[in-house]
Amino acid sequence: MKISLGPILYFWSKETLLECYQKVAESPVDIVYLGETVCSKRRSLDISDWLEIASMLQDAGKEVVISTLSLIEAESELSSVKRVINNGSFSVETNDFGAIQLAIENNVPFIAGHSVNLYNGHSVSLLANKGMKRWVMPVELSKDNLSAILKEREDTSSTISSTFETEIFSYGRLPLAYSARCFTARAFDTPKDQCQFKCIEFPEGIPLYSQEEQSLFQINGIQTQSHQTCNLLQEWTTMQAMGVDIMRVSISNIDELNIINQLHHLMSETNGANNTSEPIPLLNAEQCNGYWHGDTGIEWRA
Amino acid sequence: MELVCPAGNYPSLKAAVDNGADAIFMGLNDDTNARHFAGLNFNTRTLEKAIDYAHRHNRKVFMAINTYPQQESWGRWKNAVDVAASLEVDALIMADISLHEYALQHHPEINRHLSVQGSATNVEALKFYVENFGIKRAVLPRVLSLKQVERLAEKSPMELEVFGFGSLCIMAEGRCHLSSYLTDESPNTCGACSPANAVRWEEKTENNATILETRLNGVLIDKFQPNETTGYPTLCKGRFKVQGHTFHSLEEPTSLNAMDLLPALDAADIKAIKIEGRQRSPAYVAKVTSVWRQAIDRFLRAKQNGTEDSYKADAQWSQTLAELSEGSQTTLGAFHRSWQ
Repeated sequence: MKISLGPILYFWSKETLLECYQKVAESPVDIVYLGETVCSKRRSLDISDWLEIASMLQDAGKEVVISTLSLIEAESELSSVKRVINNGSFSVETNDFGAIQLAIENNVPFIAGHSVNLYNGHSVSLLANKGMKRWVMPVELSKDNLSAILKEREDTSSTISSTFETEIFSYGRLPLAYSARCFTARAFDTPKDQCQFKCIEFPEGIPLYSQEEQSLFQINGIQTQSHQTCNLLQEWTTMQAMGVDIMRVSISNIDELNIINQLHHLMSETNGANNTSEPIPLLNAEQCNGYWHGDTGIEWRA
Repeated sequence: MELVCPAGNYPSLKAAVDNGADAIFMGLNDDTNARHFAGLNFNTRTLEKAIDYAHRHNRKVFMAINTYPQQESWGRWKNAVDVAASLEVDALIMADISLHEYALQHHPEINRHLSVQGSATNVEALKFYVENFGIKRAVLPRVLSLKQVERLAEKSPMELEVFGFGSLCIMAEGRCHLSSYLTDESPNTCGACSPANAVRWEEKTENNATILETRLNGVLIDKFQPNETTGYPTLCKGRFKVQGHTFHSLEEPTSLNAMDLLPALDAADIKAIKIEGRQRSPAYVAKVTSVWRQAIDRFLRAKQNGTEDSYKADAQWSQTLAELSEGSQTTLGAFHRSWQ
């Protein structure tokens, strides 16, 4: 089982991002996803900056993947996705079928991100036959859904391709929705066109509560996330037994990189199964794992 | 310009046909389509009758099989495609790529449309669906501005259909899990958003006034004072607290109405206008279809006379549509850049 670090989903300054990836280089993470996946207006780093960080991480022994925008509308956004796909050095995470088309056209092996709607093995297989080397399961699917998909693959008579890897979003705020509208700009009653890059003032997004103060979502520009942090770390042995290849950690602040150390430590124990009863300490008190157990996403099953 | 209208049952289908729809879209009464509501949609028998009525009046029928099948139940979606094909529908509206592949392999003679749930918002995505599955038409998500629709239409490798009227999804369709985060049903997996079985309406007394609370699986979505218009607790249209302020943090309860854009959409070569609302009553379908039929006919007549610039939606039509809308409000939605 490998550990990956997902792309930073928030708008961080160049300094913060550089500091973060310096620490990532020293961490036991195996795979690092880089790049902007939420909003094309966030440009604290350009593609050459990202490629520089990518080389630094590669030199530190990490597998590096460059991720692309999830919602591609304007032609300028499509052009920036094209630049990423044709970067020439690193594999790419495609988060939209437009990006997948570009990867296929250019013979670039790709990883389908969790916002690509792959809900069954036939669909996963279809893309695997077109050059997809890995898929990240959509966040609303469950352990049982995954098990059915992976079981089908084991059956040799099945038409499902067996060449792909499986990655599970295992820790972090869940990306739940994408919109044409920017909810951060809306919260400040300003048009999206004149957003003043408000997101940079909220490096962990903005919490959204019900009128009874129940925390529900986290506003992150055009993306809506779960407020609760998804935590499937203790499921790692289950995932391993099922044939999952990679567990993804998605951080909301640099301190959360510590989760990678803890998960790595847990996995390095010779007999991991005995350790599953020890809960991994969390920096965030509010957590959820409902989707994985086939429940409502916000639920936490201890 | 084709007028595509919704039907959740036989009387609605009849209303759509009788009031001038060019095509009617509908679904089976299970989770294979994105309006999986109790008591709604068609079984094989009513479907046969409906298709027969539409075809006798020379109208087209599109079958929405537009949720995402999961591994365990993939066969049910495959059967839905087979049933629709055997009844000779005019097009299948689908999102999942494996279903598109299945339909192409087994029923190549039937037109395939990309559902709005397929979330294709750029020309490369459209190319993916054309090159791999020979899709004839795509329904565009309601996240694009008019400018973006126009640019996309210039390069599109297939026909495009856009939403003209009805409930407005604030999120890119097919890319929203908010419903399953709070309830256990989502549009992608079950064809339901903010499902009725999770809704609770509660009257309470607050400061000597009777207020109405709406809840979704226990979560407070909105709270209405006696003088306020109440609305169904679709979760993106509730009032929430952000930065200490309580407001419609995601979207107001409002409906899309793009009737004023008919000339621009036609000039962009948009082939069809879709009316949302399979969950609505036959009376609603009749009224909306009739008004849109008049609008399209007026526009086409003006175009024939070379006076399309003079086209204007009738104030009476807009009034009728506003009365049928959520919160009695309509918006151009994402078509108008300022909304974004």
